[in-house]
Amino acid sequence: MAKITLKGLRHSYMPNPSKPADYALQELNVDWEDGGAYALLGPSGCGKTTLLNIISGLLTPSHGEILFDDEDVTRMQPDERHIAQVFQFPVVYDTMTVYDNLAFPLRNRGVPEPEVDKRVREIADMIDLTETLQNRAAGLTADGKQKISLGRGLVRSDVNVIMFDEPLTVIDPHLKWQLRSKLKELHQRVKTTMIYVTHDQTEALTFADKVVVMKDGQVVQIGTPVELFERPQHTFVGHFIGSPGMNVLPCEVRGGQAFFEGEPVATWNAVHAKEGAKLEVGVRPEFVSFSEKGLAVEITKVSDAGRFQIVDTRKGGRSIKLLVPDGAEIPEKHAHVSFKTDHTQVYSDGWLVTGGE
Amino acid sequence: MGKIENQKAWFFVLPVLFLVAFNALIPLMTVVNYSVQETFGDNTFFWAGLMWFEEVLLSERFHASLMRQMIFTFSILAIEIPLGVAIALTMPRKGPWVPVCLVLMALPLLIPWNVVGAMWNIFALPDIGLLGRTLNAIGFDYNFTRQPGDAWFTMILMDVWHWTSLVVLLAYAGLVSIPDAYYQAAKIDGAKPFAIFRYIQLPKMKRVLTIAVLLRFMDSFMIYTEPFVLTGGGPGNSTTLLSIDLVKIALGQFDLGPAAAMSLIYFLIILAMSWVFYTVMMRNEAK
Repeated sequence: MAKITLKGLRHSYMPNPSKPADYALQELNVDWEDGGAYALLGPSGCGKTTLLNIISGLLTPSHGEILFDDEDVTRMQPDERHIAQVFQFPVVYDTMTVYDNLAFPLRNRGVPEPEVDKRVREIADMIDLTETLQNRAAGLTADGKQKISLGRGLVRSDVNVIMFDEPLTVIDPHLKWQLRSKLKELHQRVKTTMIYVTHDQTEALTFADKVVVMKDGQVVQIGTPVELFERPQHTFVGHFIGSPGMNVLPCEVRGGQAFFEGEPVATWNAVHAKEGAKLEVGVRPEFVSFSEKGLAVEITKVSDAGRFQIVDTRKGGRSIKLLVPDGAEIPEKHAHVSFKTDHTQVYSDGWLVTGGE
Repeated sequence: MGKIENQKAWFFVLPVLFLVAFNALIPLMTVVNYSVQETFGDNTFFWAGLMWFEEVLLSERFHASLMRQMIFTFSILAIEIPLGVAIALTMPRKGPWVPVCLVLMALPLLIPWNVVGAMWNIFALPDIGLLGRTLNAIGFDYNFTRQPGDAWFTMILMDVWHWTSLVVLLAYAGLVSIPDAYYQAAKIDGAKPFAIFRYIQLPKMKRVLTIAVLLRFMDSFMIYTEPFVLTGGGPGNSTTLLSIDLVKIALGQFDLGPAAAMSLIYFLIILAMSWVFYTVMMRNEAK
């Protein structure tokens, strides 16, 4: 187990990168605490797998360094870093039994056989594979094979971090939920640092204590699921996390007050906004409600999403969504909406405006 | 549920039926026909039962050529399969050298059999051939037209030169189809190069290697042109393989009955051995 520090990390797949666009991974400084559960979340091609491969040592970064417990491991091979990884597609050694698969990493390191046996049985019990220990690994289902991959990481007592690269891709939907809660339970039991890469917000938010949201090779926000929800640092986080995503409306700021379509909108941070940049106001549908006064909008669509309804409204060609509890009354056609001030914020060029700058 | 009965579709099968009949069934049945009859010329035939089969199976000559055939086939398999795998392992998996290697490997496969035989015949001639002269020059008493051992050495070397490429290409195809994640997982699990070969590469190559062994087994068991052009079965009968012997009986002596019986036995041996090998190799795959 280890604390992981990424210092000034950058990576380009090109031999001579010059402009920022050449980098698959923009400069990155992160501290991950020992024993934490982290998720790397972002759309395909945002650099999360690159970052994962750099941490595991399958890729050497072009700049910067990686520290495990203050020890520089940037140039170390994967097996010297004591990490484990579960891949997108299950990797098992076909000719071996489940037992031999789990024992493989230990035997390669010359662990004595009684110790191997003890560890393998202990881990098999943890991941519910005790009954299939003597079966050939090739005959298992996809979720069984992913459990073996995970088990090969867990058997080693010296593992610094276990990484997951979209491990549920090939798992049937009804087993996904099961495996995810198993993973969460295992994390609480073994307390190994775990990093989980995914483009699925549900997986990220349910698994991780802290989520790293990435976009175009850049980390846009690191925070707890609640922070990502309540204080998106970037309009992208607002869009990407939450269903439906955050409402983002173009605005202008005059004298510390935001205006959308000429009407004032109360926000908590408009006083800090500076002119000259592209300014937008963002508010999640959860924090929009119908009211007596406020913005006059036209209702265009109501969709039922189970416990609540999603109401689509328009104002000046812009869509504003709001969530209304199931069964609540929805006005006809024309209505007024208002935003909760402490969850309505101004973004400048996509980034949250804060007082410090 | 109102399925339309239309038997006309069978007519589409007719062309194939004719084709198979003319290129396989009828020739094969002709051979079967000859194998159970005796003739004294004049195009008249008499029923002979299994007489020819008995004669062939009991003849010293057949035993001797079958033994030579077995030795030849198993020698070249023992050399070509490991060598092919070894070469495939050293070939680059990506980059500009891949097509170069593939073309170089494919070259021997593109040369016609009799040309290979003629090439090696000249190459190995002790007085003018590059190989023959070199061997003699460095002190070996090498003459493949006179010494059976030298003839065998040349014949096996020729086959290895001609056909190892096939094994290489098949093994290479198996190797490149292994996803990177397997190598990465092995690296993380701390596997040594031999363990990677033993537990990842070899199992993943199993299917293509099975095909490679089958192809090389069948081809080498039937081989005719190359050794015939190289040694003509000599010196003496020392390199007379089954096919060469068969041609001698069928066309040289015109003994149609024994030749037909021998052809069938020959065919059944290949069929039986291929079937046994394939079944054994694939017994775990069905699961």
